[in-house]
Amino acid sequence: MAGEIKNKPKAPLSYMLNPGHSACAGCGMIIAARLILDTAGPKTIITNATGCSEVTTTQYPMTSYKQPWIHSLFENPASVASGILAALKIKGLAETTNVIAIGGDGATFDIGLVHISGMWERGENILYVCYDNEAYQNTGYQSSSATPLAANTTTTPPGKESLGSTLPKKDMIKIALAHNLPYVATATIGYPLDLIAKVKKALSIEGPKYLQVYCPCVPGWGIEPKDTLSTSQLAVQSGFYPLVEYISGQLAKVQKITKKTPVEDLLKLQKRFKHLFKTPQGKAELAKIQELADKNIKDFNLS
Amino acid sequence: MKIKIVSKPGTTAEVKTGNWRELTYPVIDHEKCIGCDLCAKICPEGICFPTGEKNSQGRVYYETDLDYCKGCSLCAEICPVKCIKMVEENK
Repeated sequence: MAGEIKNKPKAPLSYMLNPGHSACAGCGMIIAARLILDTAGPKTIITNATGCSEVTTTQYPMTSYKQPWIHSLFENPASVASGILAALKIKGLAETTNVIAIGGDGATFDIGLVHISGMWERGENILYVCYDNEAYQNTGYQSSSATPLAANTTTTPPGKESLGSTLPKKDMIKIALAHNLPYVATATIGYPLDLIAKVKKALSIEGPKYLQVYCPCVPGWGIEPKDTLSTSQLAVQSGFYPLVEYISGQLAKVQKITKKTPVEDLLKLQKRFKHLFKTPQGKAELAKIQELADKNIKDFNLS
Repeated sequence: MKIKIVSKPGTTAEVKTGNWRELTYPVIDHEKCIGCDLCAKICPEGICFPTGEKNSQGRVYYETDLDYCKGCSLCAEICPVKCIKMVEENK
């Protein structure tokens, strides 16, 4: 059936994020961004940290967003969102407008943590979304504190003396829970309906909210564009990235594992874990990652 | 010096990213399509859309806008009835 493309239908571009952005084919972050902004609706103000979600969508003098959107500095989408909310309160629009701050894992786990903590402590009615692609993928795949154990990044390269990142992922969910947030959840683009439901739920709750979305990065993880979907689903099915939902500090919902898979199936899709399959030391590291996943399954009662 | 830093909403739509496609493009079998909207949800570009026309089973079928499609084949991956095939493109 190879050949010329005959009919060329035109998309109505009815979503809140227009195409034409420079995100990679199969990008997980941009799927999450569109689903979240679409669910929030037109009466939303977005503040964005530096990262792929900023540079791919807003090449000067263009923008992909149809809602008011502002980027200030790497670390402060949470602070800018607080300022916007204060202005909305004075104008009497705070009740009808959603304020969403979006940052990558670098902005959330490392650089912006202070400002996010401040926003949570003040109890502002803001949804903070972290798209978690497990490294500073925008600047060339440097490791962040969200990078999982044994992952190959440009700052944690495997070699004779090393097996990639030596540190496990920072538990941001527990940090969020320690701030007594009314809503904390993890989601992934592999289950889009679950992500949409969680955004709706979060926006219906008054107070600071935290949503962490697992988004595969095609060049950073070394996966095929089509594997964005299977990678994010396998991460859930192996217990590597449990989908949890806390309401007022209580574990309200977990996504049960329907088809249990070993983490190996997930890791062998990704070039950043390729070195683990070559040496006996790598195999030992694989066992450690499996242990972490098994601990998640036990802790959250996933099976 | 004055710099205009406010952009008109959605202006990247003028950038046609369809020339990013390397090998294949998606073709949707209208008869098999059940109109579940999952391809529209997963598409990174947001260009899978309901056409508004119905197939013989009375389901509104979907189409993609190849002006923007980068050929990632996520729509074919998520389709529950596998009615989207990635077809080689002659460029």
